[in-house]
Amino acid sequence: MTVADPTIIDLGDDSGVRRRTGSPVLRLSEADAAALADVPAEAGDQRMVINMGPQHPSTHGVLRLMLEMEGETVLRCKPIVGYLHTGMEKTGEQLSYLQGPTNVTRMDYASPLFNELVFSLATEALLEIEAPPRAVWIRMLMCELNRMSSHLLFQATNGLDLGAVSAMIYGWRLREDMLRLFEKITGLRMNHNYIRPGGVAADLPDGWRDDTLRLLDSFPDKLDEFDQLLTGQPIWRERLQGVGVLNTAECLALGVTGPLLRSTGYDWDLRRDQPYLAYDEVDFDVLVGSYGDCFDRYAIRLNEIRESMRIVRQILERMPAGDYRIQDKKVTPPPRARIDESMEALIHHFKIFTEGFKVPEGEVYVAVESPRGELGCYMVSDGGPHPYRMHIRGPSFVNLQCLPHLMAGGLLADGVAIISSVDPIMGDVDR
Amino acid sequence: MRTNVFALDPLFLDDVGFEEVGIVLLKVVVAFVMLLVSVMLMVWFERKFISDMQNRIGPNVAGPFGILQTFADGIKLFFKEDLIPERSDRFVFKLAPYLSLVPAFLVFVIVPIGGDFGEDGDGTVTWFGHETFLQVADAPVGVLFFLAMSSLAVYGVMLAGWSSGSKYPLLGSVRASAQMVSYEAALGLSLAAVILKTGSLSSHDIALAQTGGIVNWNVLATGIVPFVIFLIAGTAELNRPPFDLVEAEQELVGGFHTEYSSLRFALFFLAEFMNTVTMSAIIVTLFFGGPAGPTYAGPAWLWGMFWFMLKLLVFLGVFVWFRATLPRLRYDQLMDLGWKILIPLSLGWFLFVAALEIGDNRGWSRVVVAIVSGAALALGALLMSAAISASRRQRLDEQAESDSPVGAR
Repeated sequence: MTVADPTIIDLGDDSGVRRRTGSPVLRLSEADAAALADVPAEAGDQRMVINMGPQHPSTHGVLRLMLEMEGETVLRCKPIVGYLHTGMEKTGEQLSYLQGPTNVTRMDYASPLFNELVFSLATEALLEIEAPPRAVWIRMLMCELNRMSSHLLFQATNGLDLGAVSAMIYGWRLREDMLRLFEKITGLRMNHNYIRPGGVAADLPDGWRDDTLRLLDSFPDKLDEFDQLLTGQPIWRERLQGVGVLNTAECLALGVTGPLLRSTGYDWDLRRDQPYLAYDEVDFDVLVGSYGDCFDRYAIRLNEIRESMRIVRQILERMPAGDYRIQDKKVTPPPRARIDESMEALIHHFKIFTEGFKVPEGEVYVAVESPRGELGCYMVSDGGPHPYRMHIRGPSFVNLQCLPHLMAGGLLADGVAIISSVDPIMGDVDR
Repeated sequence: MRTNVFALDPLFLDDVGFEEVGIVLLKVVVAFVMLLVSVMLMVWFERKFISDMQNRIGPNVAGPFGILQTFADGIKLFFKEDLIPERSDRFVFKLAPYLSLVPAFLVFVIVPIGGDFGEDGDGTVTWFGHETFLQVADAPVGVLFFLAMSSLAVYGVMLAGWSSGSKYPLLGSVRASAQMVSYEAALGLSLAAVILKTGSLSSHDIALAQTGGIVNWNVLATGIVPFVIFLIAGTAELNRPPFDLVEAEQELVGGFHTEYSSLRFALFFLAEFMNTVTMSAIIVTLFFGGPAGPTYAGPAWLWGMFWFMLKLLVFLGVFVWFRATLPRLRYDQLMDLGWKILIPLSLGWFLFVAALEIGDNRGWSRVVVAIVSGAALALGALLMSAAISASRRQRLDEQAESDSPVGAR
């Protein structure tokens, strides 16, 4: 039987030679791939289509790749997403703006605070309100801490994928310390629902400054352990350097952002180039690479942790006093004490949590720099208490586009390193 | 120091009767049980040791310090369903675990685990009025037997992957055959220097030749290089990290044993750890004097056993240390390391040691011999690297002409 595969051109001269066009994307339906498995291989044809995922130890959840391999070499690949699709964007249309953050926080579960932030910023833009300064700085504090924990997660999984098991434990151990701090501040280790339209859910708890400082003080030594264990390690460098190379033009063409884009030497960070929150008031460097390979991405992420620590220290010094949420009766429920003494306050509270607040008609796109790249929220309001349409531009999803391009011509083991260095979070990809 | 070299176990020098056979059987049983127990302890030791390195606690529930964890795991595996994939070659699929396990057992018979290897000991022990070696068999081809058995172990892994009728195990078995065959060569060549130094293939003689102080240990007597090569090639032969490409969980989902479950998986697991113990024992025997060491009060053979166990433990620790520290190599890097570095280096070093040996026999100056042979080897290395780079250039040119990405590296 013949399998329709537009990238294979039969030369038609009875030589039996089939030529492949340059595309690294495998354009083969799953049914055809299954049928291909029953076709006895022609002599000399060493290609096989191998299915990697959705249950595979190093596809970071439920990413599925169909790989066309010749021996160990990956010729083409087809990423298949959607195994974690839970219709969160559609769900978002049923939830009020105050319930929204509980929904979006589950998208990119490694950096939940960024999802809440971008949703809240979009809502605030539609409402034309601004969070008070303390809320802004708390948001920045939490986001930078979250950036650190997310990059630590990357260090852990990257190490694991390349067989450096100790790196996994090192990364997880540090992340655990951070999650403990998150739990103290927000009440939850993940999926915090902490940043909400109008401010944050609660003020910082007593002793937050000491806890954060203790964390920051313990970090430099422990981060150096990554350098000692991996950065100079010859096998590690061999495995990462020159693997999965991207250049700036390809990144721009594919919409790739975040550490992947910066690794090619393109100097682009939304925190600096389109400042939101109070990022224009803190001092930090944007890290860029020079080769655009897996090693650059590893190094950039490792050093971004250090850069975030710098930002957090500045935030600790400059955290303003004041309200942690806007004192606008429209979006903020009345304080608990008022509910006991005032019937109006009780009704107000009830209305806000059942009906929600109405948001003026309009549409807005807000983007923030998440650990994985440009995280955007496009929100359309028809004037009601629920978004008419809420779309999240997930950086993981867009970055995943470059996978076939990066994997073509590499070995299977390179493919694992590449998936790891793209650092997709499947919750963010599928939503 | 050493007065005579036994061609055979002194046990058989006189008449062989029931007692002699009884002693041999006893040794077999003891070796078998010891190996099984040491595997159980090795699994526990590895998990505990790597936990310490990684800031974890490790197994601590089953028995004191979790020492019965392996036992519990074994019982669990025993009760699991035994699955045989539909597309597998059933006979080979069932056979493969045994092919992997049996050689692992057999290698251990040539390892002298004790005996009087003190200052002027001859490596024997007197049991029930009979003088004997503390090893199951001292085959005159000892070291070759080890090489043969470790080559046979490839078949278990290769056939397991091939017969599974599944793609990941297939990739694993292709990797296994290539990796183990190419590292076999480096392993054998690095051994050659030891054999040259001792002048015997018998493991007992090799151990005996290393008595009388650390300077006599082969690791120093042959110059560190063969030992380093043997350690690297041995790790690759064992499929242990950083050379565990054959089972690379993150790439091949377990590689050759992906489709195995229950006891058949347990057998592979057992074989792998048994091989680790055996390889450490072989390293100790060949390079670190085996049971050789100072003796104090008490029976000398017991001291031999003590030193042997101590050295063994060090190497078991080294293997765990590798696993905790090193990332996994890529397939092509592994082959490069084997063929382009280890094999030429071990071959060159072997020739160098041989030249020194001949020079000593003829009474030539060691310095002159070292300089001349070093220069000759350097010239050879230069020529070889030129050949390698020329063929590489040619390959890249061919690669550039075709549009297939295969072989781009």
